[in-house]
Amino acid sequence: MISIYLHGESWAHRLPASLKLLVVAIGSLILFRVQDFWVFLPCLAVVVGLYASLGREGLMQLKLLRGLSMFLAILLGLHWFSGTFFEGVTVVLRLIVMILAANFVSITTRMDDMLEAVQPLFKPLQWLGMSPRRPALGVTLVLRFAPHMLEVFSMLREAYQARSGAKNSWRLLAPFAIQSLRMSDNVAEALKARGGAEGLSR
Amino acid sequence: MADRSLVHIAFYAALIAALGLVPPVAIPFLGGVPITAQTLGVMLAGVMLGPVRGGLAVLLFLFLVALGAPFLAGGRGGLSVFASPSVGFLIGWPIGAFVAGWIMRATNDLNVLVAAAISATVGGILVVYIFGIPGVAYMAGLSLPKAAIASAVYIPGDLIKVAITALVTQTVARGLPGALFTRS
Repeated sequence: MISIYLHGESWAHRLPASLKLLVVAIGSLILFRVQDFWVFLPCLAVVVGLYASLGREGLMQLKLLRGLSMFLAILLGLHWFSGTFFEGVTVVLRLIVMILAANFVSITTRMDDMLEAVQPLFKPLQWLGMSPRRPALGVTLVLRFAPHMLEVFSMLREAYQARSGAKNSWRLLAPFAIQSLRMSDNVAEALKARGGAEGLSR
Repeated sequence: MADRSLVHIAFYAALIAALGLVPPVAIPFLGGVPITAQTLGVMLAGVMLGPVRGGLAVLLFLFLVALGAPFLAGGRGGLSVFASPSVGFLIGWPIGAFVAGWIMRATNDLNVLVAAAISATVGGILVVYIFGIPGVAYMAGLSLPKAAIASAVYIPGDLIKVAITALVTQTVARGLPGALFTRS
């Protein structure tokens, strides 16, 4: 499955997903209250330590920060400009710690496990007369649709390129929208034929 | 809610994901919120599906991202995006889609092109920024006006997306009218 999950067998992979989610949620709430610059340095050390515990591949995941570096630099500049440099450093450190911690959970938890961990949250759907399995079915459908759409689009584009020589055009939008919408209708029919979201077993 | 609705919701969630693969046009300023085709999907979901299903489609997409699918533009995904400064925009998306769908319904007697443009502008730009700007301000510790100025650089790109939304909606209204749920 398409995911940012990092394959591995580390201690962090073995922890239950619900525990990891809970820790990162509570941790983030606490960090938001903290205004003290000095608290964040040990936090940062701990988070980087977590990545290091996954070995070299874990440390490679810190590349996530490279995409953010531009934004963080500008943010620091803006704070420096308005005379709140220290506050800026605190904000940047907090962002880095929170983003890295959340990402750590994502790279050490399989999508299936994550889905299972949050499944109890969908229990209330039963009170509305809906199956709590619906969100999971929705997830599966999206994962199947997304690559199919790209296929439809690349087919249209190839045909267009053969006709006109140009690579891409806004003219492809209309046939793309209509063709892929038709496809979704077919899927809806197929789902209905197989008993719908509840399945035929019920 | 019929199974058909679930399929349509999933379809637009997948569309938002697919649009995230369109290479982003990055302005070398405020890398937290790059210009992408993704909000085009948010606008389309609202305008085509209507308030409830449109909002649910965006929620389903965000749910997938939270589970770890790298569907946000630039291949980002996982829980970390909800700890980043652009989180306000992500919260604004489903609400924006809801508002866009609601306006599309309410302007039933207007021409499809005009109604879609109005809906996408209010839902996909105004509402999204109402949530996005305080998000940037809060997460980055900036004042609201500063966060607003920093976010405003993306509005021209958003206007282009409004135009595309209106065009696509009109095309679908002509070619496959049954798929425009806000008008059928």
